[in-house]
Amino acid sequence: MQLDSKLPSGPIELAWDKTRFEMKLVNPANKRKHNLIVVGSGLAGASAAASLGELGYNVQCFCFQDSPRRAHSIAAQGGINAAKNYQNDGDSIYRLFYDTVKGGDFRAREANVYRLAQISVNIIDQCVAQGVPFAREYGGLLSNRSFGGAQVSRTFYARGQTGQQLLLGAYQALERQVHAGKVKMFPRTEMLDLVVIDGRARGIVARDLVTGKIQSYAADAVLLATGGYGNVFYLSTNAKGSNATAIWRAYKRGAAFGNPCFTQIHPTCIPVSGDYQSKLTLMSESLRNDGRIWVPKKAGDKRPPNQIPEAERDYYLERRYPSFGNLVPRDVASRNAKAVCDEGRGVGETGLGVYLDFGEAISRLGKHTIAERYGNLFEMYNRITGEDPYQVPMRIYPAIHYTMGGLWVDYNLMTTVPGLFALGEANFSDHGANRLGASALMQGLSDGYFVIPYTIGNYIASNKIEKLDTSHPAFGQVESEVQSRIKKLLEVKGQRTVASFHRDLGKIMWELCGMARNAAGLEEAIGKIICLRDEFQHGVKVTGSGEELNQQLENAGRVSDFLELGELMCRDALHRNESCGGHFREEYQTPDGEALRDDEHFSYVAAWEYAGPDKLPVLNKEPLEFNYVHPSQRSYK
Amino acid sequence: MNLTLHVWRQKNAADKGKMVRYEAKNINPDMSFLEMLDVVNEDLITRGEEPITFEHDCREGICGSCGFVINGTPHGPQRGTTVCQLHMRHFSDGDVLYLEPWRAKAFPVIKDLVVDRSAFDRIISAGGYVSVSTGSAPDGNAIPVPKQAADLSMDAAACIGCGACVASCPNASASLFTAAKISHLGLLPQGQPERLNRAEAMVAQMNEELFGSCTNIGECEAVCPKGIKLEVIARMNRDFIKASFVGRDEVEVAGAG
Repeated sequence: MQLDSKLPSGPIELAWDKTRFEMKLVNPANKRKHNLIVVGSGLAGASAAASLGELGYNVQCFCFQDSPRRAHSIAAQGGINAAKNYQNDGDSIYRLFYDTVKGGDFRAREANVYRLAQISVNIIDQCVAQGVPFAREYGGLLSNRSFGGAQVSRTFYARGQTGQQLLLGAYQALERQVHAGKVKMFPRTEMLDLVVIDGRARGIVARDLVTGKIQSYAADAVLLATGGYGNVFYLSTNAKGSNATAIWRAYKRGAAFGNPCFTQIHPTCIPVSGDYQSKLTLMSESLRNDGRIWVPKKAGDKRPPNQIPEAERDYYLERRYPSFGNLVPRDVASRNAKAVCDEGRGVGETGLGVYLDFGEAISRLGKHTIAERYGNLFEMYNRITGEDPYQVPMRIYPAIHYTMGGLWVDYNLMTTVPGLFALGEANFSDHGANRLGASALMQGLSDGYFVIPYTIGNYIASNKIEKLDTSHPAFGQVESEVQSRIKKLLEVKGQRTVASFHRDLGKIMWELCGMARNAAGLEEAIGKIICLRDEFQHGVKVTGSGEELNQQLENAGRVSDFLELGELMCRDALHRNESCGGHFREEYQTPDGEALRDDEHFSYVAAWEYAGPDKLPVLNKEPLEFNYVHPSQRSYK
Repeated sequence: MNLTLHVWRQKNAADKGKMVRYEAKNINPDMSFLEMLDVVNEDLITRGEEPITFEHDCREGICGSCGFVINGTPHGPQRGTTVCQLHMRHFSDGDVLYLEPWRAKAFPVIKDLVVDRSAFDRIISAGGYVSVSTGSAPDGNAIPVPKQAADLSMDAAACIGCGACVASCPNASASLFTAAKISHLGLLPQGQPERLNRAEAMVAQMNEELFGSCTNIGECEAVCPKGIKLEVIARMNRDFIKASFVGRDEVEVAGAG
């Protein structure tokens, strides 16, 4: 497989301008002759569908939820970064670029990240104009807060519901295009396969989740904005429905999968309370602005937190990283939480938790200020745990949150299948081995509002795309493959529920391919996953039929794909003999327990290529070059 | 704890539907209500019965997917909480609970506790936005927004579109939902140019979807998981009335070319 990243040449500051100028344009009158498919309606999908509709393309947009407004971007809490430097505190496009490349532990492309930093300022303008009610200062200007991995205040926010407000902005723009007749929305419709004709992505096969009808849709290009695959771990902060089926099917049709093992573990989530647990809830990282993280100094100290005197508390992040303190990046904060719990100093019934304490902030700023900043998060915590964080410190523990890996894309967001594009969390592009807080919203909207409208035009204008519709035999062929997969799942009639398999897979992944990994554990995980997959194929029990609303069947298809993807993640983690960002291999660490990168051998993107059933995937490498930010050991001390 | 559930089961839109009794055994008080239903469903599947279909996704109370009526109250007894965030510690051993879908003409039942809320999307589509195409925005700080306006706007924008307001209203009115969007945008300077047209178009769509009228009963406010206040409806009515006095179709400009 040839990986052509199409990175622009010349000075990085001018690269995106130059690329845009060199791109071919589609005449306004011709745009309406082109059909585009957008799968997913989160920040990336909704912003892309709306923007492409505004340009005049005919867009068909699909989501599995009952409304595009429910996509999981809605749950993002903390904020969105932008290099506006409204605070006059030393921020710039170059600094956001620098922080992101460094935060990603030098495993992202410089040109992509620079473009992201440039576009960040336009995103804020666009969202404000749409009526996103960002937090304001008394003078009426936009307010900012700080986030992990940065020493400037560049995060814009709307209380603890920034993702919701940005998504509603994009959703409203999308609905405006629905009204204008430029976007046709297909809610409750799940993409189950990709159709490739003459080497180009030409459509999808999807299932109507209410009637069960399998149907084909043809287009000149297909955009996947279907989010990440964190639910491989069963317990994650993702929504229950978030799944990898669209990108996994694309992988099996020829799209390379980039850095699958790069997963982000978020340090501030509510700890697991029991076996019945169905998902984990994130507490925004913004809480680390005012909350102080600590555990008892003594292992096994079971006293309630208010009875542990100041001198017997270990504020371990402030102690180990004096310059960033509680605001170290997510991977560092997560690993340190695991380390103190491994030492037996964890808190709560399970011992898998650390305190996030607002006592000092409340006495310094007053309860009112804290309530204004984090009120809804405190309420959410109280609802879930029954404890009042104004009185007792929160208990938090790391949880799977985001996947930096995803479909490999070039600078134009196109995968290795011509005509197939991937946007937002579904691609691998901008965050390297670790994503900084408040950067996911930025990337999703950057891809959708400001990158894809140009690069799609260039693809359409530079290629002769033959007219065709779903009567082409390739659609019928893929439809029957989809039908037979569904039939197979329904016919197993085994003994175990889909969820029980999913839980088992999650356990394997969390224990052996989670916060810390090693070669022996990963080998073991691969063996276990293969066994579990076999058991699934012979033992899963799916009730009901394929011709109705059947949540068990939907879930069975998703879990079946996770069972394959999990193995690829372990293989990727096993081959990468270094630690970087969220990928921490126990064999590769510095004497004081920090991640030890191996730039000589692993400064590349691992792009895995599907080689067929029962064959090992093929590894392709895209070397990374750093001409601006020199790779160094990340230090937050 | 052990509970008795009476759950609305309806195979599809055409089916008549009925209440069916289930026993939920050994329920942990730290479970969420939906996790309790997960456990009941796992048991049903293992016994070869059809699990209860209910809508859910984020399970953090923000996506707006979940929601059904528990003993007559949308989202159950806990104020300001969606069912996914309602925990079993608020119930007692031996409780008998009746679970039903949202009931409204504009929200036809699809299956069991799942209803079709696409009418909400069509109300937004009718005018619930600021018409600003990508790329044409001025600098974010070009237009100051008084903090109080931003805060009030955010209060209204917190709506998650779950539909509890409609389910609780004796008239099955969608006024709280529609008015929340009209308030969110109408309170901001960015929303002014289209303010009156927006109110007119969205109210017209709401009526077309066969939602009832508002008679200021206030049930909607009481059950809203996001605490949207009745005052948004007053704002909607003011904009709508003003629009019907001063609003007019687009002005024809003669000889513009």
